Amino acid sequence: MATTTTAPAYTMPRDHYLNASYGIRSWLLTTDHKRIAWLYLIAVTFFFSVGGIFAALIRIHLLSPNGLLVSPETYNKLFTMHGVAMVFFFLIPSIPAVLGNFLIPLMIGAKDVAFPKINLLSWYVYITGGCFVLYSFASGGLDTGWTFYTPLSSVYSNSAVAPAVIGIFINGFSSILTGINFVVTIHTMRAPGMTWFRLPLFVWAQYATSIIFILGTPVIAITLLLAGLERIFHLGFFNPAMGGDPILFQHLFWFYSHPAVYIMILPAMGVVSEIIPTFARKPIFGYTFIAASSIAIAVIGFFVWAHHLFLTGQSTYSALAFSLLSYLVAIPSAVKVFNWTATLYKGSISYDTPMLYALGFIGLFLIGGLTGLFLACLGLDIHIHDTYFVIAHFHYIMVGGAIMGYLGGLHYWWPKITGKLYPEFLARVAAVTLFIGFNLTFGPQFLLGFMGMPRRYHNYPPEFQVLNVLSTAGASILAIGYLLPMIYFTWSVRYGKAAGPNPWPATGLEWTTASPPPTENFEVTPVVDWEPYDYKNRPDLGLVAPVTPLAPAHGDD
Amino acid sequence: MQSQLPIYPDQASNFAPQVDSLMTFMILVSAFFTVVITAAIIYFFFKYRRKSQNEIGAPIHGDMRLEVTWIVLPFLLSMVMFGWGAVVYVDFRQPPSDSLDIYVVGKQWMWKAQQPNGRKEINELHVPVGRDIKLILASEDVIHDFYVPAFRVKMDVVPGHYNTLWFRPTKPGRYHFFCSQYCGTNHAVMGGWVTVMEPSDYASWLSSSAEAADADPILAGEKLFSEKSCSTCHVGDGSGRAPSLNGVYGGKVRLADGSTVTADDSYIRESLMLPNAKIVAGFQPLMPSYQGQLTEDQILSLITYIKSLQSQPVPVTGAGVVPAGKR
Repeated sequence: MATTTTAPAYTMPRDHYLNASYGIRSWLLTTDHKRIAWLYLIAVTFFFSVGGIFAALIRIHLLSPNGLLVSPETYNKLFTMHGVAMVFFFLIPSIPAVLGNFLIPLMIGAKDVAFPKINLLSWYVYITGGCFVLYSFASGGLDTGWTFYTPLSSVYSNSAVAPAVIGIFINGFSSILTGINFVVTIHTMRAPGMTWFRLPLFVWAQYATSIIFILGTPVIAITLLLAGLERIFHLGFFNPAMGGDPILFQHLFWFYSHPAVYIMILPAMGVVSEIIPTFARKPIFGYTFIAASSIAIAVIGFFVWAHHLFLTGQSTYSALAFSLLSYLVAIPSAVKVFNWTATLYKGSISYDTPMLYALGFIGLFLIGGLTGLFLACLGLDIHIHDTYFVIAHFHYIMVGGAIMGYLGGLHYWWPKITGKLYPEFLARVAAVTLFIGFNLTFGPQFLLGFMGMPRRYHNYPPEFQVLNVLSTAGASILAIGYLLPMIYFTWSVRYGKAAGPNPWPATGLEWTTASPPPTENFEVTPVVDWEPYDYKNRPDLGLVAPVTPLAPAHGDD
Repeated sequence: MQSQLPIYPDQASNFAPQVDSLMTFMILVSAFFTVVITAAIIYFFFKYRRKSQNEIGAPIHGDMRLEVTWIVLPFLLSMVMFGWGAVVYVDFRQPPSDSLDIYVVGKQWMWKAQQPNGRKEINELHVPVGRDIKLILASEDVIHDFYVPAFRVKMDVVPGHYNTLWFRPTKPGRYHFFCSQYCGTNHAVMGGWVTVMEPSDYASWLSSSAEAADADPILAGEKLFSEKSCSTCHVGDGSGRAPSLNGVYGGKVRLADGSTVTADDSYIRESLMLPNAKIVAGFQPLMPSYQGQLTEDQILSLITYIKSLQSQPVPVTGAGVVPAGKR
């Protein structure tokens, strides 16, 4: 099917946030949440590219059992820096700081976030942290693994650990500030009529994510600070030779870093919850269940951290409790998947690019989530813990889930952000390429893990080679899938056709204003008198005729 | 080449069939949900594709019965997964009492194993088939992890305390073991082979080594025990300032706070490193810490020596072990 509309040729609005002022200062000193979203977009794309180049080198190296490309030291640095760049500087800020920043005020009918200057400050804090980490990468690199396990990181490593932990420590404040900003904005700045249960599910997801930002991030900051102090001043927090406990570090680290997984996936779930009703043109199935499950994931997610420690020698009772709790956190995720699928039932489904990403997300997240159950299973974890099974599992969540969600969201809101359409056919090709490349890259790694290949190996026994070659082949397809959107998005900013205010059309408040929106978002403060994702009672979308009061009902509501 | 792609690793321990049945169950449940959801998405995708430009979907908002079903059903299934996994794990974490104990020390980037008779190996481990084997794992530096895929078992090797890992090999052969916790530069080459032998072969292998005789760990431990002046206070007949260690190993020790503790390897290690952590009832906290003064090998020798005192007569006064709990 071709795109849905043979719409009238739109023209760009005369005044909007992109042409409100010009010059580098107007961007670097802006307090407009939409421009700050751009600052983040450019910065996270940079870190994604850095992390992606490391990933490419890793996959090339692993083509041969003896390692093709680099020394063991360099290989260890590559996977560490890949993890640090991707987790702390791409995945965590990606959807919240880019899409969340751009959309939350628009979705709730506000002029900006609650604290626009703090919003700009968070970007500078993020960049400062990022510079420390880049300095660490450039001055000797980092070889501790992104998990910084002690005493390896705090005593034994010869790489540039100190600047890296300082960078991540600083970057944490960016997350905290963004979280506070979003929570206050959502509480206090909703337009008249925008009740909590009329909020788009993306906003619910961002709200849940912000809670984790605020409650979890201080813990990782403290943890890495302690590891840094141990390294620099030889204080014995985690070093057993000085009476410290190396396992304590793991508890503290995962107390944040497991909820951080939900920081990455919850916003993507929010994106999918927006895309599916729009391209099925019907209300989302089980709105309250999807909204509540976001909060449930955020809360229960804080009580599962020690499932990373089943084989450290922790007490059997503790392992039992954390395994049980880990199964509980799976339920709200399952609820979301079932509800998204049910939303398709009796829909009017189009094949537009965002929908392809959303459906791809469901499939990949399903596999990622289900394999999480394998790892939460105590008896099975004995075998597959710290193998490639884990690598495959979390890439299904973080790449298959979070990045598919992020790209789906970028495609969905790109017309709103830029006012321009991207080339639809090319975008569909990219979405399918990504899906195939992704599965080919990470599918074989489940098998590698079950066969017993441990993670973080710069070389491996020859029996693992076939699957490693397959995985690298998949990664090269995946790389094409990532390069395509970077190219056509950039192209579309200049050459794309004007999109018009609501190209899909979608029901959210952000689509009632111009594309791109004016600096103050709305000409007049909007008043919300419709339920979320309601197409039937929205004649303004141009799909249904206005209801005449006397019309006889042949429907059966 | 078929042999290049062995999808199914060898099953060579008592845990392998258990872990594999669990795996099969999990795969079946996951496959069921994956197929159902994927089929539903694909079916809906084509069945309800947009037929005219202005078509909208049916205004369905939800269904409470469905919500309850898909909360309760996954919950019940996940509890089965939890319970089954817990059964295997609890067994795995409780080594049988009459096991063959082997000490394994990990350090950047090699493994040293010490058989009960003192025979030492590097990056190799020989064990008899059909016998319960318990590895007592210690690390000299960072965290390592001892992993034998064919046995489906692994356990972290954490500096500062002992972990144990037990299994019963069921099939003679040579199997890879790996370090499975990232430990620095040569993590990937910190591995070796487990050789599972017939008991008679194992016995002759054990006694074949020339070094075994002169490296008797009990003798080494006894020597250390006097060199480090342990014997000044820990006098066998109970007349010293510290408790006699006769019969202590494996027994119950009463502490000053009234509680009791089992004198296992971890307890003895802790008593060497942090002697004031657990004071035996009736004795003063006089012992100095040996933190940083003993290598992991030396600690293991001392433990082996103390273990050899298991059969010595326990004195009436000045004993470390609770007489009632005699072994």
